[in-house]
Amino acid sequence: MIDHEEALSVARLARLQLADQEVEPMARELSAVLDHIAKIGELDLSDVPPTSHVVEISGALRADEPRPCLPREVVLSQAPAADDEGFLVPSPQA
Amino acid sequence: MLELSARAAAAAVASGELSSRELFEAYRERAAADRQAGSAGLNCFTWVAGPAPVDGAPAPLHGVPVAVKDLFCVQDVPSQAGSRILEGYRPPYTATAVARLRSAGAALLAKTNQDEFAMGSSNENSAFGAVLNPWDRTRVPGGSSGGSAAAVAAGLAPWALGTDTGGSIRQPAALCGIVGMKPTYGAVSRYGMIAFASSLDQAGPLTRDVADAALMLRHIAAADPCDATSLGLAEVADPTAERLDGVRLGVAEELSGEGIEAGVLEAFGAALRTAEELGAQIASVRLPHAPHALSAYYVLAPAEASSNLARFDGVRYGLRAEGAEDLLSMYTRTRHDGFGAEVKRRIMLGTYALSSGYYEAFYGRAQRVRTKIADDFAAAFEVVDFIVSPTSPTVAFELGERTADPLAMYLSDSCTVPMSLAGVPAISIPCGLSAGLPVGLQLAGPAFSESRLLDVAHALEGALGFDSGAARA
Repeated sequence: MIDHEEALSVARLARLQLADQEVEPMARELSAVLDHIAKIGELDLSDVPPTSHVVEISGALRADEPRPCLPREVVLSQAPAADDEGFLVPSPQA
Repeated sequence: MLELSARAAAAAVASGELSSRELFEAYRERAAADRQAGSAGLNCFTWVAGPAPVDGAPAPLHGVPVAVKDLFCVQDVPSQAGSRILEGYRPPYTATAVARLRSAGAALLAKTNQDEFAMGSSNENSAFGAVLNPWDRTRVPGGSSGGSAAAVAAGLAPWALGTDTGGSIRQPAALCGIVGMKPTYGAVSRYGMIAFASSLDQAGPLTRDVADAALMLRHIAAADPCDATSLGLAEVADPTAERLDGVRLGVAEELSGEGIEAGVLEAFGAALRTAEELGAQIASVRLPHAPHALSAYYVLAPAEASSNLARFDGVRYGLRAEGAEDLLSMYTRTRHDGFGAEVKRRIMLGTYALSSGYYEAFYGRAQRVRTKIADDFAAAFEVVDFIVSPTSPTVAFELGERTADPLAMYLSDSCTVPMSLAGVPAISIPCGLSAGLPVGLQLAGPAFSESRLLDVAHALEGALGFDSGAARA
């Protein structure tokens, strides 16, 4: 169901590098699971509304009032690379 | 003192019979020894607290040690959700469920091993290595809360906090011969739980008995402004029932027929006869869409996971692959190095199901199946009070037995996933042995029926008289 090319394409969408030897097993395992999942295609669901969430809550908003958040240095302390101002990452262009 | 339930330990501390410091230290030494031993022990823990004097004002759970699944963020305590990608992460805040236990006086004993990001049914998908089942060290404890279940069963912790997305509390509880409860979706705040599938994830207790499950649930359930989907629960009563007169229990053939191994069905059947002796009426009910639950679940949960796990990209916390030349390859290599095989599989599955051209065929349809499953439960609860089934189709399987076949592993959750999709509460209690290994009985009830569910489980527990001593030997 999923071939080599499609597996690589999904991996790109998922921001996931796959080593060459990982592509074929991934495609095979995904295909097996998708074959099983495809059984839901047999059900007649034309008039059935989707359920995204079982809890009926809407408009659960807090008051729009400023309040303290975590100090910047605390948040930056967990980063693999940071300076005093923010997170450091490699350039988008090599 | 290690034989005491959490409730009894709390009472002994409150009355002055037991020193909270001695209690904590006794468990801490055992947990630390297991951590030290690695796979020569049970490998239940990812982190164990240092010697800590338990002080503070008297509180309902004063001094009672609690083990917490690794995916609960605890301020300044390593919290990796069993993943390499969160190596070194020490959260700057604490999950609400953990904070509530602490404010009731409980003392954090340890973080427990788990399947990475709660994805797994055997606790073999962990950056910390597999957890072993205390009943038989060649077998899995179940998952994903396998460390929590094994620790409680082996007496390395009085009780533990876990999470359940498709069965991750109930199935390991069943395989380890203890009590595990998934509350109604929304009963407990998800704030500070490292997310897997947000519309399904729910925290709950893994305990030695039903009364302890009620006690922990009472302290963790609450609406929380930090989780917009949390509603809390009305007061959770202490379970006291000894009889089941007038209680209608429904047996769904979809959950207790095909695919369930003979020894499990035998123990399940014997438990039903016990329920009848206690006065319960047993009836057949149908959950016609339950056979499709697993398929819907393995679309919805990976889809939500692929979105939730997008945040692990080497920028803000945890691991970053060294030497990447540009931003995109830093992302893709970090995720390649940091995620385990099963997590990658689910991210790929979810990304595929949500991708343009496939969205309606997979995600859209799965959401509609979810509606049908919730309708099935609603219809069944018109005619019975609770639904009973085996918790797991098999007893604990051998280490490595299902790791090569993802689908076989996914089938471990066939009895527990339907309740997760419907958002209803369910509890697993041990109901007997098959070939010397524990069998779990699952009871599910309507949303927010926890107090009654616990009461029924308590009556059955008393009559079944399961002996868990072998796991602590």
